[in-house]
Amino acid sequence: MELLRIATAGSVDDGKSTLIGRLLFDSKAIYDDVLDSAEQHSRKQSSEYFNLALLTDGLKAEREQGITIDVAYRYFSTPKRKFILADTPGHVQYTRNMVTGASTADVALIIVDARHGVVEQSRRHAVIGALLGIKHVVVCINKMDLVDFKEEVFRPIQDDLHELLEELQIGSHHFIPISALEGDNVVESSDRMPWYEDGPLLPHLEDLELPDNSEGAPFRMPVQYVIRPLSNEYHDYRGYAGTIASGTVEVGQEIAVMPSGALTTVTAIETPEGEANSASEAEAVTIRIADNLDISRGAMFSSATERPTTDNSFDATVCWMGERTSLKTGSMLRIKHTTHSARAMVSGLECKIDINRLADTGACEDLKLNEIGQVTLRTSEPLVFDKYADSRGTGSFILIDESTNETVGAGMIGRPPFIGAAGI
Amino acid sequence: MNSPDDTSSKLLTSSQLRALEAESIHIIREVIAEFERPGLLFSGGKDSIVMLHLAVKALRPAKLPFPIVHIDTGHNFPEAIEYRDRTAKNLGIDLIVGSVPDALESGRVQASTLPGASRNRLQTPVLLDTIRDGKFDAVFGGARRDEERARAKERVYSFRDEFGQWDPKNQRPELWNIYNGFTNTGQHIRVFPLSNWTELDIWQYVLEENIELPSIYFAHEREVFERDGMLMAYSEFLKPENGEKVFTETVRFRTVGDMTITAGLKSNATTLEQVIAEIAVARVSERGESRADDRTSEAAMEDRKREGYF
Repeated sequence: MELLRIATAGSVDDGKSTLIGRLLFDSKAIYDDVLDSAEQHSRKQSSEYFNLALLTDGLKAEREQGITIDVAYRYFSTPKRKFILADTPGHVQYTRNMVTGASTADVALIIVDARHGVVEQSRRHAVIGALLGIKHVVVCINKMDLVDFKEEVFRPIQDDLHELLEELQIGSHHFIPISALEGDNVVESSDRMPWYEDGPLLPHLEDLELPDNSEGAPFRMPVQYVIRPLSNEYHDYRGYAGTIASGTVEVGQEIAVMPSGALTTVTAIETPEGEANSASEAEAVTIRIADNLDISRGAMFSSATERPTTDNSFDATVCWMGERTSLKTGSMLRIKHTTHSARAMVSGLECKIDINRLADTGACEDLKLNEIGQVTLRTSEPLVFDKYADSRGTGSFILIDESTNETVGAGMIGRPPFIGAAGI
Repeated sequence: MNSPDDTSSKLLTSSQLRALEAESIHIIREVIAEFERPGLLFSGGKDSIVMLHLAVKALRPAKLPFPIVHIDTGHNFPEAIEYRDRTAKNLGIDLIVGSVPDALESGRVQASTLPGASRNRLQTPVLLDTIRDGKFDAVFGGARRDEERARAKERVYSFRDEFGQWDPKNQRPELWNIYNGFTNTGQHIRVFPLSNWTELDIWQYVLEENIELPSIYFAHEREVFERDGMLMAYSEFLKPENGEKVFTETVRFRTVGDMTITAGLKSNATTLEQVIAEIAVARVSERGESRADDRTSEAAMEDRKREGYF
């Protein structure tokens, strides 16, 4: 995998923007004119030193207030990899932005201020990463220059977070002592921390091999669109277009069409590069089948032997994103799941999850903006799904307020595996 | 770290391009499936050309079920207009042109009399009229997030209200690959399938897919004059002033926009490989190097986008 998606979160004080600015600057992803404009702005703010954070904050309001308001996407590449970095604010009032940034990421980058150690915000980022199914966490313990590059400062922070990540069942993680401002262990190894020997951040991201959960995952492809050219040349052509959510499919394979469960055989797989014998996760393909079945958008092609669940009631973890409303038992919403849309009613609200303490807060009345809870939903039509922990593509959904059309919730089917382990 | 003259440093391998391609095709198919009347903004520039190429791939062997839309300032490069017309004809799809000259003539918009004013801002009302008249509920645009920092904040599905405005502080959260395209009458969604592509990704994809581009992207001789350190093409729309001298230079264009605001670069790159090699080591961004419109102010793009610009 040469394209790595990273989510990061943080506030001005922990040096997140400085770190990103440093990565972009040192990997030469920043052009001179963009740099000039940031420098001019630095001068306008009468900063004594060039503010790397100004390279990343995009909106006028952000530059004026010196804060990151929204998710911003950054791109940089090295000979080994292209990186897409979702940069989000870290304060609790921006939980929804963090959830958004983490939803498409494979890796979370957590930044800790060495002077302050693990604070509530660091824990929150780790928990959100775990909830959203992040596969690997890199913890940068920043501002080592302000603690004389001492190993005695680094180790206890590492131990603290290590314990939390294990509790969250994120087995793959890595800790790096850095100074983003001065560039230590970001791109180049620092000679001021000889006690640390595991290499700087960028090479770590370049060489990182993610734990592969997709190996052996059952085939899933939600049907997006039925291609029917209705031309003389392709008179009887009927192709089912979609992006493979998990697993692999081959020509000649028997597949099930959900929700009906009808069986058929794959006769052709068309990829953007032409016909292929097989295709796998994340590829956008068009599949043709042997039988003439009633299939439209919202159906799902599945492995014939390992099928997804079909049900109109299920449990899910929901992060509420609505500003004007809250989620309550009885709330009626629109749900969008894979390529399927239906109505959903909240039939139960079990508990709120305290993402700072990793605990269940017990019975609750409603979920407000940025709150995360465990709910039961009932839908107007059965959905075809897997648990989020097994498949991001077929286990995730969004909730939409039908009166405003706003996206007000993000949901993950099932319950986070670590919640039970943490004693809830 | 690699040195700036290491051309290979930023070049992506095929599998990275394929991942971007798959993501874009997914987005395009979502729009085709969920909207009643999409349109695709097409200028004859490289980004819109790649976007159209991806749309054709997303739906083949079916014909594209939507028109391409061009907002024509009347000051475009003839090479781009010729490319636009030929492409629509070859694909057998409709071309809808929103014309700034027509809007000027009818009095819908007023030309600025300030020196150095371009028709750039006049495109916004014409674009919004064209979207309204065409009853488009989704409009594909070729903008990329790496182009400019206001664009780095924009969603793949960017909601526009009845006035066509973008509200950067009040955008819909966008999670996984599930897009919320619900709108009421009069509102629309701008869709950016190339959000995650960079300028170099586009060029490499053009090379890998062997996509034809208008000739102005490659080095050619042209009459130019220098203004504010940029080489502007001499044309009936833009003439030298105050002692600016016209001379012949070998140039190529890094972006293709309105002739009055798009500057050329001195270059001898006549092949895609040569252009890519030059861009890989460029130290100035494409908008900074070739767009006079973005030099107006630090937040020029954000302000124009809020009003409904591309």
